[in-house]
Amino acid sequence: MPVNVRIPTPLRKLTKDKDIVQASGATIQDIIDSLEKEYPGLKERICDERGELRRFVNVYLNDEDIRFAQGKGTPVKDGDEISVIPAIAGG
Amino acid sequence: MKVKHGFFTSLKCRECGRHYPKEALHVCEFCFGPLEVDYDYDLIKTVLTRDKIQSRPTNMWRYRELLPIEGEPTIGFQVGFTPLVKADRLAKRLGLREVWVKNDTVNYPTLSFKDRVVSVALSRARELGFEIVACASTGNLANSVAANAASGGLKSYVFIPADLETGKVLGSLVYGTNVIGIRGTYDAVNRLCSEIAGKYGWAFVNVNIRPYYAEGSKSLGYEIVEQLGWRLPDHVVVPMAGGSLITKIHKSFKEFVKLGLVDERECRIHGAQAEGCAPIVNAMKIGADIIKPVSKPQTIVKSLAIGNPADGFYSIQTMRQTGGWAENPDDTEVVAGIRLLAETEGIFAETAGGVTVAATKRLVEDGRIKSNESLVLCITGHGLKTQEAVANKCGEARVIGPHLREFLALLDRKD
Repeated sequence: MPVNVRIPTPLRKLTKDKDIVQASGATIQDIIDSLEKEYPGLKERICDERGELRRFVNVYLNDEDIRFAQGKGTPVKDGDEISVIPAIAGG
Repeated sequence: MKVKHGFFTSLKCRECGRHYPKEALHVCEFCFGPLEVDYDYDLIKTVLTRDKIQSRPTNMWRYRELLPIEGEPTIGFQVGFTPLVKADRLAKRLGLREVWVKNDTVNYPTLSFKDRVVSVALSRARELGFEIVACASTGNLANSVAANAASGGLKSYVFIPADLETGKVLGSLVYGTNVIGIRGTYDAVNRLCSEIAGKYGWAFVNVNIRPYYAEGSKSLGYEIVEQLGWRLPDHVVVPMAGGSLITKIHKSFKEFVKLGLVDERECRIHGAQAEGCAPIVNAMKIGADIIKPVSKPQTIVKSLAIGNPADGFYSIQTMRQTGGWAENPDDTEVVAGIRLLAETEGIFAETAGGVTVAATKRLVEDGRIKSNESLVLCITGHGLKTQEAVANKCGEARVIGPHLREFLALLDRKD
């Protein structure tokens, strides 16, 4: 069973305007690779040329920022929900 | 009547430089970098002079060529030009010669610097055709969006952490806005708002209107320069939450230098956060470029409790480029800072102001600000909004009957 990935507005041109897409894999890294196969070009938006998450991209696994877990190596299990969210100004 | 000025030309990605149209966009589609407003400085230089600025009404719109709206402001025309107070008594206590307090505790209409960003954001939102405005907020922004939307006849939604100070919640509710309290941190509120902003066609001032919104903070910097008699101080201390204000103050100084409105000189810009949520200060102190977010902020300084600061990286650049430093006083120092400012200058600041004063004290003690140097403190919100922070920490009223003998007895007592 795959996981759901919530896609932010700036990336929806790549996902044919879908705000939720499905992907599968054992880690966040796998999920990103799986998304890239389905929606070519997505990976380079999220990751820089060294493959690291871009500075202004936040990735959440079930409400938890993956930087508080194991970053891209964070394990993912069936039914998890992943959100990709751009940074927002303070308030 | 709409006058097109053409002083701001496009949106531009701060990371990769790609240009975007002047719409409700905030993120570069390519690299996720924040979009920033780009100006035609050559054109601005031909029209904006000190005399011109000084001939205008005393509000933030006297710098209107450098603020990103196309016509005249339709919301918040009275905002800004708050007092720059020569703080001699505070200076004496800090052991400094020249201290100024930029007093945004009396900014109009909601007593914090947020009215500056909101007047730009809502004026621009209206130009872009929005009828519903919204924000994610730690309190002050919510108050400002609610009040300015009310006076502008716009419908509003404000999203806040559910556990905010009573004064900040009531200070939004009173304007008839829709207050949504979220069980979670500001970062959780932010995340939700990002998803809501993608779903509805609302103007979220700090999400899809952010490039315009953030520029409003520059007016604080312009005013400091003008009110100092068109000069830059040696030091400025600025509170940091998301880190936008400190970068925009830096930008305002650079723009005034570029436009020939002030002479270039070394001006160190320092940042302040509370110890219980200091991701930017922590990164600055260890010399890191990457900000490690704080997952559970624990501080009385709720207005600065942003664990994942969007402009943290640029804040660090500002401090490094200007030779500034960062400090993170604890809650006890914050309360002492609030009281020091109140007792020396008669200014009652909210907790963020206490952070700024306490951080300044540390900077002076560490020799980073020297006794013969000039300093401006940015005090950004009013203390009546965060009364919980100082309740029971300033003593109590001494109660007597309405009799002279009781008063005389009270004066005789030593307590």
